[in-house]
This record gives sequence, structure tokens and C-alpha cells, in this order.
Amino acid sequence: MTALLDINRLLDELEKGLRGILTERGIEDPALIGIRTGGVWLADVIGKRLGIAEPFGELDISFYRDDFSRIGLNPRVLPSSLPFDTEGRDIILIDDVIMSGRTIRAAMNEIFDYGRPASVILATLVDLGARELPIQPDVAGSSLALAPHQRIKLRGPDPLYIELQESGQ
Amino acid sequence: MTANAPSPNHLQLTRDGQLRHFLTLDGLGRELLTDILDTADSFIEVGERSIKKVPLLRGRTVVNLFFESSTRTRSTFELAAKRLSADVLNLDISTSATSKGESLSDTLLNLEAMASDMFVVRHSQSGAPHFIAESVTPGVAIINAGDGRHAHPTQAMLDMLTIRQHKGRFDGLKVAIVGDVLHSRVARSQIRALNELGAAEVRVIAPGTLLPRDVEDLGCTVEYDMTKGMRDLDVVIMLRLQKERMEGALLPSEREFYRLYGLSQDKLALASPDCIVMHPGPINRGVEIESAVADGPQSVILNQVTNGIAIRMAVMSMAMGGQVAERQQKQVDHEGARA
Repeated sequence: MTALLDINRLLDELEKGLRGILTERGIEDPALIGIRTGGVWLADVIGKRLGIAEPFGELDISFYRDDFSRIGLNPRVLPSSLPFDTEGRDIILIDDVIMSGRTIRAAMNEIFDYGRPASVILATLVDLGARELPIQPDVAGSSLALAPHQRIKLRGPDPLYIELQESGQ
Repeated sequence: MTANAPSPNHLQLTRDGQLRHFLTLDGLGRELLTDILDTADSFIEVGERSIKKVPLLRGRTVVNLFFESSTRTRSTFELAAKRLSADVLNLDISTSATSKGESLSDTLLNLEAMASDMFVVRHSQSGAPHFIAESVTPGVAIINAGDGRHAHPTQAMLDMLTIRQHKGRFDGLKVAIVGDVLHSRVARSQIRALNELGAAEVRVIAPGTLLPRDVEDLGCTVEYDMTKGMRDLDVVIMLRLQKERMEGALLPSEREFYRLYGLSQDKLALASPDCIVMHPGPINRGVEIESAVADGPQSVILNQVTNGIAIRMAVMSMAMGGQVAERQQKQVDHEGARA
């Protein structure tokens, strides 16, 4: 498991996959958006690896979550910040982990409130399966199936590493 | 059990300390006030987007229940609710059913029958929003949009947001509130918030006839001479002269009031050079404030209006969030009890 969670290997995979898609689609000037908190750290790293000089966007999806009517408002919401115009842009949307797909649904709704992008590529560091919505990453650093008592969490920003948490044996 | 405790917090907070109504700043701690300001900061960003709307209150109904007329407060509450995707009903009760003899309780029952989720209440009687919060169906959030001389908590919080934006902090700040403190519900809420957030000094500057008795007990110092009171100020908050609430001869004349307590450029020059000037509006030019000051570089009066929308979005979504979280918790408790 430790080898599967080697951050540099996952970042290499992510970078390789993204380069492939950008070439295949002929995208030369993508804009990066990270979902708080882990996705923002990744956007920083991946942006440097891909040589994207333009500042990346940061998304806080608290206002778009679908569980407001169950748990109320996240008390630690921070402002989203997109330092570029999304209209007509090719967006790379990055998050650390994808599971149910609900976070990505919320993030896409939020992005479209800023404008109409030309395309959105979804990149996640780890795909844990267990999807509840028809949303799939275009690129994932790795796919894992965790045991029910296991969780993983991206820690960062410096150093960036993945922590495997075991609970309630 | 504290079921009948008089503390306003029993009414406005959930078991785990979240807002479920927003009635007064009394009893709300620094952490919660800071949460409100932080949440409002995020809503300011929403107001700068091409689509200034988030889906938080989609499908919910907010009723603006104004027993006393107000243009700015009502319209910013309306805009705030709409930007949260709620459906909004504006009821100007002063011209409506109550004048046909319907009691407040009956009006409320009718509105609840329309499946309302939130009442934004302004009333000339102090305590009316509390009364409504006590009698309303569980699950409906009450927001105080100004009651009598008692409180105007969203106005005070938008003022705090404006101060934090321009000063970056509250610690060490010297703030004066000038003018008609006697009739002002805003002043009470402001003094409360400034003290809780850690301002160094809150000063009220007014003639004795426009100060409530024992005003120092609210947590402020008193200065009758404005030229002395302006010294070292970081923030000066002017209050509107509430002519419509004046009974009897509290003032010699407007001209005299302006000479002594109006904010002119000369008086502003006595404060710190980066002192900001605030006013809840609507301003009476040449009565409380000189036009050159109201429109000048130190004035943040129009920022206050913009911030008012963000603060109201924050308070509405937090109170609605507290209500739904509480309902969820009750359901869990209920199922636990049955199991």
C-alpha cells in the first residue's frame, strides 16, 4: 500500500496523463483550478510541472454542496478565487480524491457561474471508486480500493504526502 | 434544563452553538461574530461574479415582514435572499392586513401556511422579533431587521465587516459613534459588537438630550464636546438624526446640531489621518455630515451598502443551516429513542 501511495509516482502519472490529453485535444493554453484544500496544493505542483505560468484558481464549493439541507453550512468557508476569465477557456479541474463524485458536481456548477468554459478536464490524484454519480476523472494518478475502515488524506502543502488512516479496527 | 431561561441565546442558538435565529448580538461570542464576518467575506466574492447567485437556499421561501418601512434594509435583504436562490415575498404590513384588524399571531399563522422557511422582521416595537421567534413553528428562522430602539444586528455586523476590511483588525481601534444615540437601535448593537471584537475604545459623542440614561453601562465612554471627542479616532460612525422619532424639544435646531455635532472637514481633520467615515444611511447632508466628507476619500458609506448584502447572505444561510442541522439532529434522536 505504501508504494501505491508514493506521491511522486502519482504526480508523475498525473502529469503524464494530462500532457497526453492536452496534446490529443490540441489544447495549448489550459487554465488550472484546484478544489480546496488538497486540490489547491496539487494545482500549484501540477501547474509548475506543466509549465503553466498563469496563476491557478481556487474553488471553495461550500455554497454548492448538495447536503446543506442535511448538515447546514460549512462554518469554515473561504472565498473562491478565479484570477482569470473562464469564458471560452480550457479548464483543468484538480482534486486530491474522487469518490462519490458529489464534490465535482458542485465544483462544475460553481465554475459555470463564472462563465462558460470551452472544456473541462478532470484530474484527480487518487480514484477511490464508490461513485454515486456519473462523473469520471479524465486522468487519475492511481485507482485504489480501500477497506471500509481505511481512509486516505492528502497532507501538505510542504511536504506533500498521502496519509493512510486506519480507524475502528 | 434551561427551557425557560431568559437568555436570548436559548432562542437563537442550537444545542451545539450554531445560529438558528438572528435576533440580537447580546450573548454572541467573538468566535461566532468572526464566523459571520468570514462567511460574509466569501459572499462578497460571489457578488463580484458574472452570475451573482449560489444555490444554498434554493426552494426555500423567505418572507420580508416589514411592519415599519425601510428601503435600503428591505432591498438588501431581498437581494441577499435572491442571491441565495430563495423565493422572496415582500410584505409591507404597515399597509396591509394588520390595518384591517388581523392580529400579529394570525398574520404569522397565515404566512406559515404558505410554507415559509424564514421571516425577516422589522418592527417599531422592541422585542417583536423575539416574540415571533418564540411563537413560530419549529424550523422557521427569524432574522431581526431592526426592532424599536432595541437592536439592528445585521446593520452592526455590516459595519464591523466594513471596519475589518479597511483596518484589518479590531484590536487597538478607537471608534466613535456620533449623534442621536438615544433613538438608535444600531448604536446599541455596534457598541456590543465592537467591545466583543476587541476595540480599544468605543466613544459616544452626543448632546446629553440624545443619550440614553446610563449609556456608559453599554460599554462606552461619553464625550459631549465633539472637537475633543474626535482626537485619535480610527473610525467615526455618524448616526442619522431620527426626526420621525423625536418627541418634544430634544434639539435646539438642525443648524445648531450641525454646528456642534455635524461631521465637517474641519472636525474630521482632528482624527487620525486614516480615520474612516461611516454612516448607516440615509444621510441628511448638512445636518449630520458635510457633503464633502460624505463623498470624500475617507468615506466608506457606499462600501457599507455593498457589505450589507454579504452580511445578510451570511446570516440567512447560517440561520437556515442551523435550523436544518437541528431538524436532522432531532430526527436522529427520535430514531435513537425508538431503536
